[in-house]
Amino acid sequence: MKHCLVVDDSRVIRKVACRILEDLHFKTGEAEDGVSALAACRSKMPELILLDWNMPNMNGIEFLKTLRKERGGDHPVVVFCTTENDLAHISEALDAGANEYIMKPFDRSIIEAKLAEVGLS
Amino acid sequence: MKPDDFSFLAQMVRRRSGLVLPTHKAPLIEGRLATVMRRFGFRSMSALIHELRHGRDTLARAVTEAMTTNESSFFRDRPAFDKFREVVLPQLLETRAESKRLRIWSAACAAGQEPYSIAMILDDLKLQSKGWSIDLIATDLSSEMIARAEDGVYSHYEVQRGLAIRRLVAHFTQEAGNWRIHENLRRMVSFRQFNLLDSFGWLDDLDVVFCRNVLIYFDQKTKSSVLEKIAETLQPDGVVMLGHAETPDALPNTFTSINHVPNLYRHARSPQQRLAAAG
Repeated sequence: MKHCLVVDDSRVIRKVACRILEDLHFKTGEAEDGVSALAACRSKMPELILLDWNMPNMNGIEFLKTLRKERGGDHPVVVFCTTENDLAHISEALDAGANEYIMKPFDRSIIEAKLAEVGLS
Repeated sequence: MKPDDFSFLAQMVRRRSGLVLPTHKAPLIEGRLATVMRRFGFRSMSALIHELRHGRDTLARAVTEAMTTNESSFFRDRPAFDKFREVVLPQLLETRAESKRLRIWSAACAAGQEPYSIAMILDDLKLQSKGWSIDLIATDLSSEMIARAEDGVYSHYEVQRGLAIRRLVAHFTQEAGNWRIHENLRRMVSFRQFNLLDSFGWLDDLDVVFCRNVLIYFDQKTKSSVLEKIAETLQPDGVVMLGHAETPDALPNTFTSINHVPNLYRHARSPQQRLAAAG
């Protein structure tokens, strides 16, 4: 079973995303900011990371840039999941190594479609 | 809705479009009619049906168009597009290398996601800059859908179902919270309102016909007639792509699957064999 780390400072969003991902046969873990997400990745690198942009301590883009420099940090598929939905943010995320991008609000069909894009459906 | 009103409505829609309205879908159909009711200012379903019985053509057309299912997404049923790119296109590019001309028809294009998905694949190959002439024709029964497709503007939700983020960045610009397809792709597609029951006389020499998720709404006779007309408009080595739940069985011995790939068909017989059979 593939492991997905859901990184979002909203507990509600984490719960909703985890429920959808578990329904899609992922084992899930949660982190509320970039710092705790990095700690989780250093402990066990997940196959998939669903990543919010705006979070306290370390935001999504800082986390991603740091992650990609870590040993094994090029392995996880990173899908941004954020309210930042303008082209500048999307381009910045792709440049930093994001694999896909979800513009909130999302539902199961969007997560499924994006997982298909990255070959994890 | 009263049973005789439903029966009248079903007959009218079938006559005008070939669409079959099953009685078990009455709640869905009433929901769609409610939109037409509001648009034309009717206070009740029976008033609308009463007016339809008096043969008001504009209303009948609006009701018929409202009965179409316009559910679609970019690259819907991805394996079909993979087959188009990996099996169909390479063969056509080889066999058309001299004429450098491709004619592709999206027969029920809804809001344009299918033809624009095809356009993106063709754009990847930069065929036009290599001297190819591309006719990408897209039609739909619904004039409202054709207007939307021509506009080429999609919501956040629509661009996130089936469209890779890199394609969104490459082919769309943001506009008032929505996403507008780039002009180069928009210009690649010729949109036209068209009823599949009508003559296909203006369509000829087609290399590929995308007729996906439309035959399922027709009765056997209409399926057969549409498939026959498609067969006539196709090049001898042209290809038909049907939806995942569709087959050309309503018109036996006309199409055969290509390399056993589901939903991908071409003429079962050579042009000579077809002429001999007709003669």
